[in-house]
Amino acid sequence: MKTDFRYMRRKVFGTIMLGLSFLAALAAVSMLFWILGYTFVKGISAVNIDFFTKLPTPVGVPGGGLANSIAGSIIVVGMAGLMAIPVGIATAIYLSEYGRGVFASTVRFVSDVLAGVPAIVAGIVAYALVVTHMHRFSAFSGSVSLALLMLPIIIRSSEEIFRTVPDTLREASFALGVPKWKTILSIVLKTASGGLVTGTILAVARVGGEAAPLLFTSFSNSFWNFNPGQPMATLPVDLFNYSISPYQDWQQKAWAAALVLVGMVLLLNISARLYLARKGFKRNG
Amino acid sequence: MAEKLSRKKILSPEKIFMGMTGLFSLSVLLISVVVVYELFSASGPTFHKFGLKFLITKEWDPVQKVYGALPFIWGTFYTSLLALLIALPVSLGIAIFLSELAPAWLRSSVGFLIELLAAIPSLIFGLWGLFVLSPILQQYVEPPLSNLSWLPFFTGYPLGLGFLNAGLLLAVMIIPTISSISRDVMYTVPSNQREGGLALGMTRWEVVSKVVIPNSRSGILGAVVLGLGRALGETMAVTMVIGNTPQFSLSLLDPGYTISSVIANQFTEAFDKLQISALVELGLILFVISVIINAFAKLLMLRMNRFSRGARI
Repeated sequence: MKTDFRYMRRKVFGTIMLGLSFLAALAAVSMLFWILGYTFVKGISAVNIDFFTKLPTPVGVPGGGLANSIAGSIIVVGMAGLMAIPVGIATAIYLSEYGRGVFASTVRFVSDVLAGVPAIVAGIVAYALVVTHMHRFSAFSGSVSLALLMLPIIIRSSEEIFRTVPDTLREASFALGVPKWKTILSIVLKTASGGLVTGTILAVARVGGEAAPLLFTSFSNSFWNFNPGQPMATLPVDLFNYSISPYQDWQQKAWAAALVLVGMVLLLNISARLYLARKGFKRNG
Repeated sequence: MAEKLSRKKILSPEKIFMGMTGLFSLSVLLISVVVVYELFSASGPTFHKFGLKFLITKEWDPVQKVYGALPFIWGTFYTSLLALLIALPVSLGIAIFLSELAPAWLRSSVGFLIELLAAIPSLIFGLWGLFVLSPILQQYVEPPLSNLSWLPFFTGYPLGLGFLNAGLLLAVMIIPTISSISRDVMYTVPSNQREGGLALGMTRWEVVSKVVIPNSRSGILGAVVLGLGRALGETMAVTMVIGNTPQFSLSLLDPGYTISSVIANQFTEAFDKLQISALVELGLILFVISVIINAFAKLLMLRMNRFSRGARI
């Protein structure tokens, strides 16, 4: 009888603890919906055609939009991608196809440590490298900071994708007398291409929402600018500046910018993940 | 003939291709050297003027040209540890739920949603913290807490902005990191271990707490360290809710400042060379901390992977 009671007590305690773990999961999922839902409700009333087509207006002047910063974000992130993607994928080829020795493990280790460098530090480095020499804020320096953040993410995801290409494919190609470099270019890269694209999209989604390194590199601009040597408005930086301003209509714009930003980031993220899940890749990190 | 052959060998497309990809790999190492060099050289002026005293000076006064890092280092660690304290139990709960309890369909969809939480830009968290969490804290949470002002943690006025808000926000942001790595590690615990526990008459919770968690200890530690790394470097969300006041305070209700938020706030407005250099040196401190933390986490995971193939961070 006594043991029965003790067993019951253990059972009840265990059920409570497992119930709490369910509540933890529920809490995290509710946070997601709370944050996304609130952003949607606040942002949707301020998003209209003007938001995507017009330049920002001064405080108190109604209307206007953030067309220039949406375009600016695409340009700054695009230039960052042009810098980081080729280097990242070439490095990943080396690491997965040739990398066995100490050199490769060092590169892998350094790249993984670089992946943990805070975004704001990447901004400082781009500032010291580019802004201090050009003597002005520029879209290009913003791209350098984002490229620094993208590179380790692309190396990691691409190497993992290359490793999922079965060795039998490589061996079949060797057996036909194709040299290794040609095998890599025409068999391995081709087989991995879908995964590479999705890995890159995830990296873009990751840095596309960053404001910290852009605050003092690409800075901001209230007008159209397509010159990478000049300051350029980006959606995250404008969102930040508007949200901490005391003006109601600017805060309203901040919510609209938040909705557009979160929409773009999640759209990229979800489509990439669904693709990877369908292909059976396991995404890590 | 022999000469021709050997020349051909040196310049074979094979070698060129391997050499080129190798050069790109080398560039990753060079880039990290450049990063370290730039941070050190740009923080030179403050280092020459203040030396190591920079780390323990409390004042930050651009007008008097006195710069000290202490309140920012304190704010960074205090908010991050607070976040860890909140995030760890919740994340372990999520990991246990996903790896031990949830049916397969719920497992993948809940896992997916929690990873989406990690994809939301930090600015959005900041906006939510500023306009939603802050009024809630100010009206409903902080007034009762300030009644406990005999504790050093609850002195001060309910402002809604400060260490508590930043800590909570950071906790939400690092929960996905900690929970998804812990879950992956718990998956790798062999199921015969669990069955052994059940066969000995353990309850399901006892299997979790006495078999699964001890088995995934080092992986969970790695997850915690990575979560800490993310919290320490987080900028935008914290900048919007920390209150931006450089002070050394234990109270959760007080406003503070972190390394990353002072850089975000003052860098564009700093035209004094010494101030820029002081901000860069703060960045260098943050960089060194994050390198140590990430290298440690990486080594932990390497050690763990030697025993079991599985979760990579």
